[in-house]
Amino acid sequence: MKKILYTAILLAFIYVPANADTVRMGTEGAYPPYNFINDNGEIDGFERDLGDELCDRAGLDCEWVQNDWDSIIPNLVSGNYDTIIAGMSITAERDEVIDFTQNYLQPDPSAYITTGDGNKAAYIGVVAAQTATIQASHVAESGAILAEFATPDETISALRNGEVEAVMADKSFLAPIVAESNGGLKFIGGDVYIGGGVGMGIRESDSDLKDTFDAAIDSMKADGSLNTLIEKWFGDEASLF
Amino acid sequence: MFEYCADPDILSTFEWFSCYLTNGKHLLFYKSFGLVLLLLIITAPLAILLGLLAAVGVKSKIFLLRLFSKAYANIVRGIPDIIFFLFIPITIDQLIEFSRHKIKCPEITDSVWQGSDFIVCSAAKLPLNSDPQWIHDIYGFLLAVLSFAIVYGAFAANTFYGAMNSVPPSQIETGKSFGMSRKQLYLSVIFPQMWRYALPGLSNLWMLLIKSTPLLFLLGIQDVVYWARELGGSKTSIFQYPHPDWRVWYFLSLLVFYLLLTKISELILNRLSKKIYIPI
Amino acid sequence: MICETTLDLYALRSIGIGEKLLPKSDITLCEQFVLIGSGIIWNLYFCIIALCLGFMFAIFTAIIRFNRYKYLSKIIDIYVFIFRGSPLFIQFFCAYEIFVLLPKIGFDINLLFTTVTIETSWLTKAWLGAVFVLFLNTTAYSSEIFYGALKSIPKHDIEAADAFGLSTKRKYRKIIIPTMLRNSWSSYTNEAIFLFHATTLVFFSSFPAWRQSGDALYYASYFADKTFNPFIPYPIIAIYFISITLLIILIFKIINVYFTKHLPKDRKKPIKLFANMVR
Repeated sequence: MKKILYTAILLAFIYVPANADTVRMGTEGAYPPYNFINDNGEIDGFERDLGDELCDRAGLDCEWVQNDWDSIIPNLVSGNYDTIIAGMSITAERDEVIDFTQNYLQPDPSAYITTGDGNKAAYIGVVAAQTATIQASHVAESGAILAEFATPDETISALRNGEVEAVMADKSFLAPIVAESNGGLKFIGGDVYIGGGVGMGIRESDSDLKDTFDAAIDSMKADGSLNTLIEKWFGDEASLF
Repeated sequence: MFEYCADPDILSTFEWFSCYLTNGKHLLFYKSFGLVLLLLIITAPLAILLGLLAAVGVKSKIFLLRLFSKAYANIVRGIPDIIFFLFIPITIDQLIEFSRHKIKCPEITDSVWQGSDFIVCSAAKLPLNSDPQWIHDIYGFLLAVLSFAIVYGAFAANTFYGAMNSVPPSQIETGKSFGMSRKQLYLSVIFPQMWRYALPGLSNLWMLLIKSTPLLFLLGIQDVVYWARELGGSKTSIFQYPHPDWRVWYFLSLLVFYLLLTKISELILNRLSKKIYIPI
Repeated sequence: MICETTLDLYALRSIGIGEKLLPKSDITLCEQFVLIGSGIIWNLYFCIIALCLGFMFAIFTAIIRFNRYKYLSKIIDIYVFIFRGSPLFIQFFCAYEIFVLLPKIGFDINLLFTTVTIETSWLTKAWLGAVFVLFLNTTAYSSEIFYGALKSIPKHDIEAADAFGLSTKRKYRKIIIPTMLRNSWSSYTNEAIFLFHATTLVFFSSFPAWRQSGDALYYASYFADKTFNPFIPYPIIAIYFISITLLIILIFKIINVYFTKHLPKDRKKPIKLFANMVR
């Protein structure tokens, strides 16, 4: 037994690097079309395509990691992965703790949806939002009653079941859900602009990596390939660069 | 899985389900059941070992060791396991990386904590950034095993402590009169006798351990709960198999899995306790 | 002291009294202590209600099983098996999903001078739904504890009661139930502690937090999320839980003294904690 223990401890310490160029990309995998786990169990979506292309241009070797939303920043700063690429809006609050690359999506409007029959104004009712999102803070400050859920999908279920009167989330996440609900769900109120576009989150101490990705995003913006990707995943109405 | 699965939109209900339930995501779901069993099998002996060490520690003659063992056994049990799981793995992880950093990169004198960042040199990372994902997965799993073992080791410590005290004093006195050393006394009298007294407590502990495994997903491991949530959530047509919210069915299947697991364990443990004479 | 204003603002935040918005930046240690402590109110509420109701129903169901009523005891056996054989975490998930699917209706209950409407939708809220699940859970565990204690009551104790010509009701009240409680008190103390610890699962499993009012763990994870530092809020919540666990042990010890005050000294059993875990 002792031998095994010593070997295990020894192994933990003598273990040496092979090549240090791998960048680990953290994403949530529950927010289509930004990122989701497809039917084969792989990470898929706009950010998968984007991330792979960025890594390709920057000459990096990238590895994808799924991590739940509520612990996605703590796991970045403690070094479990090197970037967050999970539809994360750039906010001043987050910017205090981590750095963001330039935005790779225009500031995306958030919106409320409600069930088809309701005529009530969304902002006085019970509004569901995912925990620790900019929408959750917005709802809490707006005076509505906030109901928090761990995943975005649970917020939609809660609305369908009549638990809440409205859901607030990124419009591009809600749009396909509304479109496929056969009139069961609809947008209510206008678009709300909170947050400053979506960027990749990177540790503050990792400025080299930030510059690398900034340059790669620049080159994708310049040759229009970013716009092509946005149109592929978000449709024609999405705002382009 | 099947050849007709290429275009799920045109399938009949039965075929649709046969394809749906065998797609890549479901296979990962089925594998995660194995993961739970693996965790149980590895954690149980480790927790027993920790428990034994702590129980012997409580009876030790060295004051500090006694204090430490007592503190470990009592503090851990006073805190809900879920709170432990939320910060023990990250603590262990940072401790290991911190010591590796000190050993491997002594030339870097900057603090490893800069603002909210925890930075160690790239050679000190465990696993290394360049390692394939499966090594990261195994490392994460081992952290989970260790966390479970630490929590349930504290419970086991108490069971063993009680069991050691139940060994009839006359047997220990006899051992002493033979001139046995402390070590001999433990190895050839107390340990062999103790097991019979500890078995009921350990059986309960095993059940407790089984019922705490759904918390694995808190440790960032894609376990049964993670996949049940992921698969059960409603899916739009961006997915090959769109469906409404089916979480209730997935969770009911988890319920059945756990009922089976505890029932089978109970049957086996009952047989075991019938074979071994358990003095009350 | 700065902490006094924080106490004013957040001490009762978890039940909706005080400052509406949670602290967002420059979070002080004091704010963490106060808000997490405020969340403990929920944990205590869940624990006390479930424990009190569970205690009564557990005795009731244990006696039914002890008397082997044909169908009723079979049903209770199955119920106990389901709740003891599966993780509470999964029970919360399933229960919440089922509660949500219930039709939303209200029942009017006439209480002579006023009418109270009981709505099924309350079950999807933590204050009722979670208490209900915790109640079912603790009843199952306690029922098993008490049933075991009933089976181990010496036959001659009951025979003696019969010989005195006690009615069934008096026999239970004076002999059987007190003996049962005395014999199972250590196990029941453990059950109470486990239940208290289990209350942290409520907002972590499925019940959504409304108006950012949640239990201690909800606030602890809120702070871990906002400060990105788990090493402060989780030890704080740990301190709260250890203290209250000690308090529970103290209360149960006092009750134990009361139970056993008539016994001769050598038959008094001190509570042996965790010695025989039944959970």
